[in-house]
Amino acid sequence: MSSDAAIQIEGLGKLYRLGDTFEPRLTLREQISRMVLSPYHRLQAVLRGESAAIAGEDFWALRDFSLSVSYGEVIGVIGRNGAGKSTLLKLLSRITEPTEGRARIRGRVGSLLEVGTGFHSELTGRENVFLNGVILGMSHSEIAAKFDEIVAFAGVERFIDTQIKHYSSGMSLRLAFAVAAHLQPEILLIDEVLAVGDAAFQRKCLGKMSDVAHEGRAILFVSHNLEAVQRLCDRCIWVDGGRLKQEGDAASVVRAYLEHGEMLESSYHVDRQSGPDDPIVLRNAVVLNANGEPCDALCFGEPFSLRLTWDVATWMPGAAVDVHMLDASERVIFATSTRGSDLDVKAGTVETTCTVRENVLLPGDYSVSVSCMRPPRTWLHIVKRCLRVRVLNVAFPGKRLPQLTRDALVSPATEWQLRRNSISGPASLLEPAERLESHELQS
Amino acid sequence: MLSENVLLATKNVADLPVVVIEPSRGWMRVDLSELLTYRELVFFLGWRDVKVRYKQTVLGALWAILQPVVTMLVFSFFFGRLAKMPSDGVPYPVFSYTALVPWTLFSTGLTQASNSLVNGANLLRKVYFPRLVMPLASVLTSLVDFTLAFSVLVVMMLFYGFMPTARVLTIPALVLLAIATSLGAGLWLAAFNVRFRDVRYVVPFLVEIWLLVTPIAYPSSLLTEFWRPFYAINPMVGVVEGFRWALLATDTAPGPMILVSSSAAALLLVSGVFVFRRMERNLADVV
Repeated sequence: MSSDAAIQIEGLGKLYRLGDTFEPRLTLREQISRMVLSPYHRLQAVLRGESAAIAGEDFWALRDFSLSVSYGEVIGVIGRNGAGKSTLLKLLSRITEPTEGRARIRGRVGSLLEVGTGFHSELTGRENVFLNGVILGMSHSEIAAKFDEIVAFAGVERFIDTQIKHYSSGMSLRLAFAVAAHLQPEILLIDEVLAVGDAAFQRKCLGKMSDVAHEGRAILFVSHNLEAVQRLCDRCIWVDGGRLKQEGDAASVVRAYLEHGEMLESSYHVDRQSGPDDPIVLRNAVVLNANGEPCDALCFGEPFSLRLTWDVATWMPGAAVDVHMLDASERVIFATSTRGSDLDVKAGTVETTCTVRENVLLPGDYSVSVSCMRPPRTWLHIVKRCLRVRVLNVAFPGKRLPQLTRDALVSPATEWQLRRNSISGPASLLEPAERLESHELQS
Repeated sequence: MLSENVLLATKNVADLPVVVIEPSRGWMRVDLSELLTYRELVFFLGWRDVKVRYKQTVLGALWAILQPVVTMLVFSFFFGRLAKMPSDGVPYPVFSYTALVPWTLFSTGLTQASNSLVNGANLLRKVYFPRLVMPLASVLTSLVDFTLAFSVLVVMMLFYGFMPTARVLTIPALVLLAIATSLGAGLWLAAFNVRFRDVRYVVPFLVEIWLLVTPIAYPSSLLTEFWRPFYAINPMVGVVEGFRWALLATDTAPGPMILVSSSAAALLLVSGVFVFRRMERNLADVV
């Protein structure tokens, strides 16, 4: 049985190196200057009584990972951002090499880590279909045979000989997904590709996916769309911290995952564990409501702030604080950062407050991830989902609850104007309470 | 229909190809058969580059001809007319242009190949294919420009009264030699470019120096017979003198020079492939 498995993974692991030693974008000159200066920096740190060992930290993106996937199985892969899901797919699709362990794959692999990889805006839709198809591993004749089907699925027949740069973003996404959906390998690895296009197209994609799923292939499907996972997948694995946390039928794993999410705290606090190795540590994080009081629930539309208290041992010039707001399905709803403004921070305790004046979050549960990093990719400190906040189905004074939220991600304050040729009739058809602002439309 | 499909898939499971993914150690061998299965990708990437290269330019593909032709005119005036550079008894314009055509093939191939991975970083991070495909495609792309420039060379030969002889048949082999050199050096540079973006600045400089140490503006007959094989360690020497020998009936190229150049090119290519392969394994994490 197991020798017939489509994918047989045994103890797979991937090690990334964090910190200063891993900055590939450095030019030779920077590397040399760093090499020359590093004894000086180290000496400086030692004189201040700190360890300088922030560099070269190892980070296992995936570890001890074992899994067997048979033909005919559709396996959902869920987990938080950064849990190792994408690393798993990258390893299986051979984009990067594992550090340890092995995986045996029987059959042709098609991996879809991104929609529209290799699309070139100067080429026409037709040319891009062929180019993208070949990049994804189809042969020219396979694409030619499916060409009409692909174009029809994307619904861009009229523009197929137009350059992609004249397409709307929706059109090119549809075309890209259409190519991907017609891949014919025995094993498919899919990463979050359904998060494209409008709701109608997403439903169409899900439909296509479930057709594909029942053709006897082996499919690994990474998604934050838990509902889609439950619908499409028989089996589901939950990846956490680079390890396989739970495996089983989709419904029970999704439930366990969601319950785990509920264990989050509405405020975050760590006592100083005297980690002298860390240049910066998040000590405390809290959500403040419109009155500036700590809270775990907000009204819809209520302005709020995040107060983050840091212990700074050594401030890295150029470092920035990033905040990500995630919804219950782990989608990033918005992100904000101090990048671009030069923070002047001294060692000691530092408080940063991020105020969100226009709260566009829909009612629901959200979590906040906080990190401090030095662009492009030196992570100094990360706390994933350190806070939880609920947006209530109650409007903040002066706001109105959104009436239409289906498939929506956010609800910004909007204004509608009604203008008509004033030949006859009353001024407005709307109730006074619903009376819209009387700004003039531009045209 | 549905169950039939499932059966179809399971019935053949034993026949499906097996790939084992594990950490590789040391130097990796080059899987030529795998590269062969990706030939369509090489073709399409090359086709894309050709297609895109001259988009939104006024002169379009004329650039492929203009570049060597203008260089030839400048060389003819300064080296041929003013400096009275010897040219093996051949009119100077056709003497230098015969060298510039394979040279341009080499230099554009080298430049494109060395930037191929960095420019294609997005692709590398999202899709698997043998990474050799990218520099290979960019080198082969320069063949299109070469063909255009070569047709001008044919016209020039006829104009100066050089009739093709049987020696013309060696041209494909010489083109192959130029491509091997271009790819060999391009692989070295592409591999280092991923880690050190300095390569971007090194390449134009390298090409310039390489142009000067290749007998394009001057004949290698300036050197004594004894030194010529040493000179031919630069594989482009063999290519350029080979072109002149095949098309203009000069007599410096054959024998030891071509032999030395071919060996040097082979060494460059093989070492380039292995260096490239070694760097390839973590490419997607670094690029």
